[in-house]
Amino acid sequence: MDFAGKSIISIREMDKNSLLKIIETSNRVKNGEYKNFLTGKVLATLFFEPSTRTRLSFESAMRYMGGGVIGFSGTEYTSIKKGETLQDTIMTVSGYCNVIVMRHPVEGTARLASEIAIVPVINAGDGANQHPTQTFLDLFTLSELFANLSDVRVGFLGDLKYGRTVHSLAYALSLYQSPLWFIAPDLLRMPEYLTQEIKENGSRVHEVDDLERLEEHIDVLYVTRIQKERFGDMQEYERIAGCYRVTKKVVDMLGKDIKIMHPLPRVDEIAQEVDELENALYFRQAHNGIPVRQAVLGLVLGRLD
Amino acid sequence: MKAYKVYAIKDGTVIDHIPSTKALKVIDILGLENEGILTIGVGFSSEKMGKKDIIKIENKYLKKEETDKISLIAPNATINIIKDGRLKEKRKIEQPKEYFNIVRCLNPNCITSIGDIDTKFYTVSISPLILRCHYCERIVESGEIEIL
Repeated sequence: MDFAGKSIISIREMDKNSLLKIIETSNRVKNGEYKNFLTGKVLATLFFEPSTRTRLSFESAMRYMGGGVIGFSGTEYTSIKKGETLQDTIMTVSGYCNVIVMRHPVEGTARLASEIAIVPVINAGDGANQHPTQTFLDLFTLSELFANLSDVRVGFLGDLKYGRTVHSLAYALSLYQSPLWFIAPDLLRMPEYLTQEIKENGSRVHEVDDLERLEEHIDVLYVTRIQKERFGDMQEYERIAGCYRVTKKVVDMLGKDIKIMHPLPRVDEIAQEVDELENALYFRQAHNGIPVRQAVLGLVLGRLD
Repeated sequence: MKAYKVYAIKDGTVIDHIPSTKALKVIDILGLENEGILTIGVGFSSEKMGKKDIIKIENKYLKKEETDKISLIAPNATINIIKDGRLKEKRKIEQPKEYFNIVRCLNPNCITSIGDIDTKFYTVSISPLILRCHYCERIVESGEIEIL
């Protein structure tokens, strides 16, 4: 895939070669092979809802490589507050910048924006749908530790029903036919259509409702937050959330080489005592957001190939 | 002399075997409201279907990609192209790869449910029929598909 001038909206548009290109480019960027390759380019960050990591890492990624940033976070002081349509906002802003990064609570908004804008649009999260650069940085982090993504055994823990990061990463790994474990309570199981699609792509899928029922060794545990608002009964929430909490004891049970990943923010699903262990990868994941987003910006702006 | 309930056309397209009472919806989907003379028959007896509707469109030859748009409401319809009073082509309906502004997205948080945006769906699987929204990427399965 030639990324120059293209929007990045969904992981579904990616094939294995495109993912490989992003991983390799991110690796070269992280190794310092390119300097100031975004000089003279302007990024607009349009965040219609709050974000810490994604917005700050995109802005930082752009500035480190010599580019400029404009944008807003929240619509309080924009013309959207006066009733301006999304279409008009996108059309206007796309004349002020070379690339747009956008987060919006409504699903499908990034796709619509990419059909209106005259510059590439990068989806930084559209509701519960897609957040492709999170998946890129998850894959990149995995690739730093495992030479062959086809062999890496990844378990996903927690809310697999609603978690967009889990859906996208599991789908991306299925393109590598990686063996996958889905560990979730019945209420929060991976949607059936997605499990089916992942199997059709060639991944072996194992579903269990409890970490203790894992019969095989896994290399990586990707943890997500179980959200209170999904439960009507708070006692049930407390019981389930407690069962899916990762502590030092759980890390010991999974073996000394287990890697723990999390898209962040976390609440209490990973105990702080795990942070100091070499097994914890989540801050490395977050920091990899910089080279990965620099690579993506460089590719869509035609400054890297 | 045989009495026709719907008279024969010399040139045009006949859509037969439409499920009974769906003829007007077919006209709506195909955008035929202002396309010249239409003859519509509703509730005719049919051996295969019990009751059926039929539409005759004069002086217009509908292409396959047009008639496939009605696959969701009239999957067993037959299309007859009439030229100079003779049957020139007879074909069945096939599932198209894409549906433009025909299916409603069931996701209340999809941009097509919130804004004034035309829907677009891709066919993921034909049997069972599964469609995916172009915008929010949610799946709709055969039992839950709603026509706009």
